[in-house]
Amino acid sequence: MANEQITREEVEHVANLAKLTLTDAEADMFTDHLEKIFEVVTTLSEVDTEGVAPTYSVTEMRTVLREDVAVNAHQSAELLANAPEHTDTLIKVPAILDEGAEG
Amino acid sequence: MDFLHTDLETLHEQLVNKEITAVELAEATLSNIAATDDTYEAFITVMKDEALAEAKAIDEAGIDPDNILSGIPYGIKDNLVTKGVTTTAASKILQNFKPIYDATVIEKLRANGAVGVGKLNMDEFAMGSTSETSYYRKTKNAWDQTKVPGGSSGGSAVAVAAGQVPFALGTDTGGSIRQPAAFNGIVGMKPTYGRVSRWGVIAFASSLDQVGVFTRTVKDNARVLSAMAGQDEKDQTSSDIAVPDFTANLTGDIKGLKIAVPTEYFGAGINADVKATIKAGIAKLQELGAEVEEVSLPHTKYGVAAYYILGSAEASSNLQRFDGIRYGFRPEGVKNLDDLYVQTRSQGFGDEVKRRIMLGTYSLSAGTYDAFFKKAAQVRTLMNEDFQNVFAKYDLIIAPTTPNVAYNFGANEDDPEVTYMNDVLTIPVNMAGLPGMSVPAGFVNGLPVGMQFIANRFQEETIYRAAYAYEQATRLFEQVPGGNK
Repeated sequence: MANEQITREEVEHVANLAKLTLTDAEADMFTDHLEKIFEVVTTLSEVDTEGVAPTYSVTEMRTVLREDVAVNAHQSAELLANAPEHTDTLIKVPAILDEGAEG
Repeated sequence: MDFLHTDLETLHEQLVNKEITAVELAEATLSNIAATDDTYEAFITVMKDEALAEAKAIDEAGIDPDNILSGIPYGIKDNLVTKGVTTTAASKILQNFKPIYDATVIEKLRANGAVGVGKLNMDEFAMGSTSETSYYRKTKNAWDQTKVPGGSSGGSAVAVAAGQVPFALGTDTGGSIRQPAAFNGIVGMKPTYGRVSRWGVIAFASSLDQVGVFTRTVKDNARVLSAMAGQDEKDQTSSDIAVPDFTANLTGDIKGLKIAVPTEYFGAGINADVKATIKAGIAKLQELGAEVEEVSLPHTKYGVAAYYILGSAEASSNLQRFDGIRYGFRPEGVKNLDDLYVQTRSQGFGDEVKRRIMLGTYSLSAGTYDAFFKKAAQVRTLMNEDFQNVFAKYDLIIAPTTPNVAYNFGANEDDPEVTYMNDVLTIPVNMAGLPGMSVPAGFVNGLPVGMQFIANRFQEETIYRAAYAYEQATRLFEQVPGGNK
C-alpha cells in the first residue's frame, strides 16, 4: 500500500477537497477513525492481484438506446420550488467573492 | 389494525369480498402507526393525506380481483423519492426536499394499486448498520426496544416486524435489507443487481445499490418483487432479462437442490449460538431433500476492506451534488459561493457520511488511486470468481446473515471499523451483484437470527423456492414480537 497511516494533515487536506471544514476536535476524531479503518483497508495488500482486471460494475456495460421522443419532463417552476432561494426563473446564490470585497 | 397475523392473500380476499374497503384499511393502518410509532420511531414522514386519497380512488375504481396488491398499504424507505412528499434520506441536508417525480418502484407499485403510507427511517444516506446515523429518529428493534433495529433500512424492517405495514421497501448496498431483516425476524430480499430499477433511489454507491422488499413471509416477498422488478429505460443498468412469476415454484419441494455452505461464513467472528442456529437450519434443508456440501469462498475476509473503499469512493462522487444550491438545507450567513458549499456540507452531513466521503475522496486521489480504488476493484473480481466457481456446481449458498443478533445502542460509537466488520457476511453478495435473502431461522437470547440464502445472478426463483420450503417446515413467521400467534 502507498500509505499505511493517514496523518491529521492528510485528513484536513481530504476534507478540503471534499468541501468540508472540520473543527479541531473533528479533525482529531476523523484522524483516529480513519486510522482504524486503514488498519482494515490495508489488509488488501495481502492479496495477489497481479494481472487481475478490476471490476467497477457487475453489469455488461452497454449503451441502451430509445426513440428520441420529446416529453414534457420537469418544469422549471416545480424545480425552483425546492431551491432555498430563488426568483421567478432563477436560483439565487451568494457572490463568488466575499460580500463587499473588491474584485 | 396491525399486520402481525395476516398475509397478502388474506388481506386481498378481505378487500375483494368487501369485508373492508381500501380506505378503511388505510385508516386502520394510519391509526395503528399513530398509536405505536412513539415506541418504534420507524417513520420519518406519515403520508396520511396521500394514502387516504389513493385508497379512495382505488375504492371508487373497485379493488382489482386479479391484483394482489390492489389497496394494500406499504412503507417506503426515505431514500426513495416520492413526488410531493418530503424525502430526506435521513439527512439534515435534505430537510424540506420535495421531489418532483416518483421512483420507478413507487410508480410500479402504485400502478398495481399499492398505497404508500409513509417514509421510513434509515441511516443517513444508507450509511450505517444500526439506523443510528439518522438525523431525525432513533428507530428501536421490534423485539426489544433497548436494541438497535439494524440498518441501514432499520425503519422498513421494524415497520414490518412490528406489524405497522404488511410490506416495506428498502435498499441494500452492503447488507442494508438483509441485516435489519435478520435483526427483526422477518424476510428481507436484496434482488440481483439490475433486477429492479434504481431510478429515483438517492444514490449511495451506484454499482452496489439495489432496491428490495421486507415482508413477514416468503410468498408475500415473492409477490411484491414480481410487481417491482423489470427493465426501466430510465436506469441503464436495469436488466432486460425476463421477470418470472417468483411465486411459481413455491411448492415446498427442494429434493435434489444442491446447497453450498462456505467455511469462511462460519469463522471466528461469528457468535457460537448463531452458528448453531444456522447449522440446525441447514440440517432442516437437508431433511427436506437438499444435498449439502461445504465449500470455500477464499476472498471473503477481504470483502469489508474492498467494499469500504469502493462504496465510499462512489459515495464521495455521488454526494458531490449536495451543495445547498438547488434543494434542501442552506446555511445562513455565508461569505461567498465556496463558503456556501463548505458550510452546507459541513453543517448538513453527519459524521458517518463525512467519514465515508473523506475515505472515498482519499481512495480516489492521485497517488492512492492504484493502491486503494483499483486494488479494491481487483479484489472484487476475485470475489466474483469465488462465487462463480461455487455456482458452477451448486444452486444455492446458505450462511448466517449476521455474525450476531441485535446489540445495544451506541455499542461501537468510537470504533467504526467494528461496526463495518458486522457486514462481513452480507457485503460479498453486493460486490458480486447477486440476489440474497434473509429468512428467520430461530432465536438467540430472545432475539431473531437470520439465515441468508444466496443464488447466482437472476436466480431469485431458487432462493424463494428453498426459503419457502424452509419457512413452511419451521413456521417461524408465526412467532411475533410480544407473543406468538
